[in-house]
Amino acid sequence: MSETIKHIEIKSVVKSYGKIHAVNNVDLNVLAGECVALVGPNGAGKSTLFKLILGLVRPTSGTISILGQQPDQPVFDRIRKSIGFLPEQVLFQGSLTGRETLQFYTSLKGESKDQIDGLFQTVELVEAADRRVSTYSKGMRQRLGLAQALIGNPEILLLDEPTSGLDPASRLNFYEIIEKRRVQGAAVLLSSHALTELEARTNRVAVLAHGKLVANGSINALKSKLALSSKIKLKATPTQMKLLSTKFADHFDINHIVNGVAVLDCPENQKVSLVKDLMSSDIKFDGIEIIEPTLEQVFASLTKGEKRL
Amino acid sequence: MNQVIILAGKEIRDGMRNRWVVVVTLLMAGLALILAFLGSAPTGTTKISALAITIVSLSSLSIFFIPLIALLLSYDTIVGESERGTLMLLLSYPVTRWQVIVGKFLGQTVLLSFAIILGFGIAAIAIAMKSESALSDQAWSGIIGLLVSSALLGAVFLAIGSLISAYVRERGTAAGIAVGIWLLFVLIYDLGLLGLLAADTGHNMSDGLVTALLLANPTDAYRMFNLVGSQEASLLSGMAGLSAERQVSTLILSTVMILWVAIPLFFACLLFQRRPL
Repeated sequence: MSETIKHIEIKSVVKSYGKIHAVNNVDLNVLAGECVALVGPNGAGKSTLFKLILGLVRPTSGTISILGQQPDQPVFDRIRKSIGFLPEQVLFQGSLTGRETLQFYTSLKGESKDQIDGLFQTVELVEAADRRVSTYSKGMRQRLGLAQALIGNPEILLLDEPTSGLDPASRLNFYEIIEKRRVQGAAVLLSSHALTELEARTNRVAVLAHGKLVANGSINALKSKLALSSKIKLKATPTQMKLLSTKFADHFDINHIVNGVAVLDCPENQKVSLVKDLMSSDIKFDGIEIIEPTLEQVFASLTKGEKRL
Repeated sequence: MNQVIILAGKEIRDGMRNRWVVVVTLLMAGLALILAFLGSAPTGTTKISALAITIVSLSSLSIFFIPLIALLLSYDTIVGESERGTLMLLLSYPVTRWQVIVGKFLGQTVLLSFAIILGFGIAAIAIAMKSESALSDQAWSGIIGLLVSSALLGAVFLAIGSLISAYVRERGTAAGIAVGIWLLFVLIYDLGLLGLLAADTGHNMSDGLVTALLLANPTDAYRMFNLVGSQEASLLSGMAGLSAERQVSTLILSTVMILWVAIPLFFACLLFQRRPL
């Protein structure tokens, strides 16, 4: 049954600072055992949304419910024990060791200190545990931050830009840790800029732009809904190019012909027929390449045009 | 309550770790010893105990140093954590905002009191040992009064520093205001009061008013506590004449200083509660 429990429930939430709507009428749910990625350019309202969920700022209107409790209720203090949070930028006290840092946060949550060694193992910081945080690299600090968020095996994980500054191996390790927690039933909400790495790792992507939720769904669903065009790159000699431009100009916009390379825009659903037409024509090509729209393009078209899905 | 102790403990650990305590303790002991040995040169051998002289000179110096050290320690309590990003993290834990203010304040008070008591204490013992009069003849009650009131003076300015830190948005602003507060209480206030008294040729200001004005400044309360509190010290400091008319009991002086701790701390909690993150 745990699939149906809404760990995070945000209903038509607005947060305004003066005339600016940092978060504008957002609806978002994260279920137990679900990993949702919050994507959006800087200033889109991601951090404000985290603050709202944590009860650090109050919504101008709308309701938020975390594990069934509203963050402005006094009892929410107990709910905080079940939330693991990693802020976007955190500089731990350099004079303390990694272990001392975790000891401090563990005792604030009223958790057992026995789990600290396990946490260092999980984030692969065992050797550095007793070194001062000031000697840590950026990636190590980020991993210490993650270890802090994992204290007490929280039911909700809120991670603001968790993979920034991590090398590819640590990134992989990071997603493995998150996946493990998700399978155990935690609700994970993470924000990220690195879209390409999200593809296989999250159940859903929620795209924020100017405080509004412009898309909410799986990456594949977003791609097909947006119907972004693929590009076909063709190589040919100048004489063949001329032939191409006269024969296909009516149907497709041939953007540029540079150094014998032509790029044709082509809607996803017409890709196959166009390639067939090209091949059956008497134009001789030296090469052909089909370029699919990248996630970055999906993202850019969503946040620029404020297109709502 | 538990959270307050954890936060205080972290503050103490930080202070111990970054050598802050060591430096301040050495500074306190060094100042006390220099004053003691310079100060005892002119008196030669008198009936007045060496410690009594030291209390007079030491309390005059403490008025400058302790508020400065306390403000330096506390001005970035909140604003510093806010800039490092740890404040948001801390508040995502099961911790209320007043617990953060009170916990950090308590930790800092323990650190500063420890440094003062250790530094001044070492110096006092060294002076007493060197002195020709017997150990039992020394002004021990005076030195205990000095230690306690110095710690209290430190607490006053730690509370004021917390208030500044909870109010402003940037560390630089906090540092600037801290320096301003220090100048105001330590220099400008007394200069102003002195000017007022000098201008008041008609003696229009009652003794009660002057006393009240002195009490309104925590550093003056501290001065009165140490210079008027002990008979010997007040003779030495020339405050004997003052004390006869404006004798304020140590109980009132302590109460004033405790209020100077409680009120800024209360407003620090209040402002922090309203601080947008």
